[in-house]
Amino acid sequence: MTAIASPSAVALKNVARRFVTPSGDVLSALEDFDLSIAPGEFMAVVGPTGCGKSTTLGLIAGLARPQGGEVTLFDAPVTGVDRRVGFVFQQDAVFPWRDVLGNVMAGPLFRGVPKDRAEAAARDWIIRVGLKGFEHHHPHQLSGGMRKRVALAQTFINNPQVLLMDEPFSALDVQTRELMQEELLQLWAQAKSAVLFVTHDLDEAILLADRVAVLTTRPARVKSVHTIDLPRPRDVATLRYDERFIAIARKISDDLREEVLRARAGH
Amino acid sequence: MTESTVTAPLATDGRIETAVQRMRRHQRLVLTLRLAVLVFLIGGWEFGVRLGVIDPFFFGQPSGIVTKLIDWTENGTSIGPLWKQIWVTIYEAGAGFLIGSVMGILCGIALGRNQLLSDVFSIYIKVANSIPRVVLGSIFIVALGLGAASKIALAVVMVFFVVFANAFQGVREADKNLIANARILGASNWQMTRAVVLPSALSWILASLHVSFGFALVGAIVGEFLGAREGMGLLIATAQGSFDSNGVFAAMIVIAIVALLAEWILTMIENRLLTWRPDTTVNE
Repeated sequence: MTAIASPSAVALKNVARRFVTPSGDVLSALEDFDLSIAPGEFMAVVGPTGCGKSTTLGLIAGLARPQGGEVTLFDAPVTGVDRRVGFVFQQDAVFPWRDVLGNVMAGPLFRGVPKDRAEAAARDWIIRVGLKGFEHHHPHQLSGGMRKRVALAQTFINNPQVLLMDEPFSALDVQTRELMQEELLQLWAQAKSAVLFVTHDLDEAILLADRVAVLTTRPARVKSVHTIDLPRPRDVATLRYDERFIAIARKISDDLREEVLRARAGH
Repeated sequence: MTESTVTAPLATDGRIETAVQRMRRHQRLVLTLRLAVLVFLIGGWEFGVRLGVIDPFFFGQPSGIVTKLIDWTENGTSIGPLWKQIWVTIYEAGAGFLIGSVMGILCGIALGRNQLLSDVFSIYIKVANSIPRVVLGSIFIVALGLGAASKIALAVVMVFFVVFANAFQGVREADKNLIANARILGASNWQMTRAVVLPSALSWILASLHVSFGFALVGAIVGEFLGAREGMGLLIATAQGSFDSNGVFAAMIVIAIVALLAEWILTMIENRLLTWRPDTTVNE
């Protein structure tokens, strides 16, 4: 990790995040956490369950503060929710009382864009994520994959320079997940934002990312960072049978398994 | 494969039809049984009186109640026209309901959104809630007089706490993910309240409104018991004073009809406001 001189979209330096449990114990989620993502880079983070992956995203999004170290966005410290950040949640976070159009235009409206312009942009994004004709459907009338598309449109319409994704596709079935991964890569190629993609699925991490960071068990540190030099554009459906993919997956999965076993032994 | 797809729809169509028929038959049966229960109860009451088992002096008599209602609508009650009494009580309950629920919603959201406010005031609200509030009626009559104001005040007090408690709870139960999402999408505190907190608390609030119109009616009628110049409560008190049990039951039926109408209107409003909910849109 010697990329201090080069510009970074997101950087975490010696970050610590601790919680006080109801019984009064201090639980350390992150300690000495170092990670940096270049502008336009797709970084995936894998690690044992409950190791503090989501915590990291919360710190970058400005939803929580670190107890130690420094979190920066484009070399300026994070002081609160930043307008350049987009966040796609693991669970459904679209507003159930708004239709698709209302959900997608929520961001621009919150940010003070006039209604007609917000609506035009929203209609454009609805077409881009393949939901044309569903503008006036409510989320409960859509499938899980379609709701994810709404969430993606809702996030991308704000032109985020940093995109945080917290296991966004983990609740989807395998076929839908593959489609959504494909879709995400296309959207990202156009948006050119820096992505921090948290997942527990190593295959997904390798398929999508430029680099994959493996975290240790709690308290989380970055154990190793692997560069994925697979050419783009990538074909999500066939890439996983590629020999280079398999070689990379084997290497990282040895790393990851060590931590998963340690996490299990700790419980 | 193709054979089965040709025959399958026909088979299911037939099955669906019988299912619909079975459902209709069931509905008809339920309706008949309901009517039977009603006829049995009212008829039993009437016959009990005629046979001398039930004393009509204490428990009234269905035919007497109907005669009373007809008499009231045709000749007016002992304290004035029936419509006037109904209107006065609806006005008092309605005004108390509106003021109480608006205050309850505002306070519930304010305290639900502000930790300090809720920490400071929660204890007082608990105390106030545990006081039997009907007693305040006497204070209101003394302070505000025999007119509508004292009844409205009592109805407000009855309604406020129910709506407040639900609005507060609804705000607290707002999905943390939705709130985080709205914040990242750029919502200010006020936008958050309007776009996320209020809609998610709405089903809680609407549920409390159903209960609280009933409470508003209780407030208005108890207020009229305690001291009034007109209203359904006074009508009941007058009937009670002249040992007229049929009059008490007749007034009770009128109030029940008012309450049912209000319930129906509230359900209509609720369905209109909550169209996004899965269970309400299915019927569209």
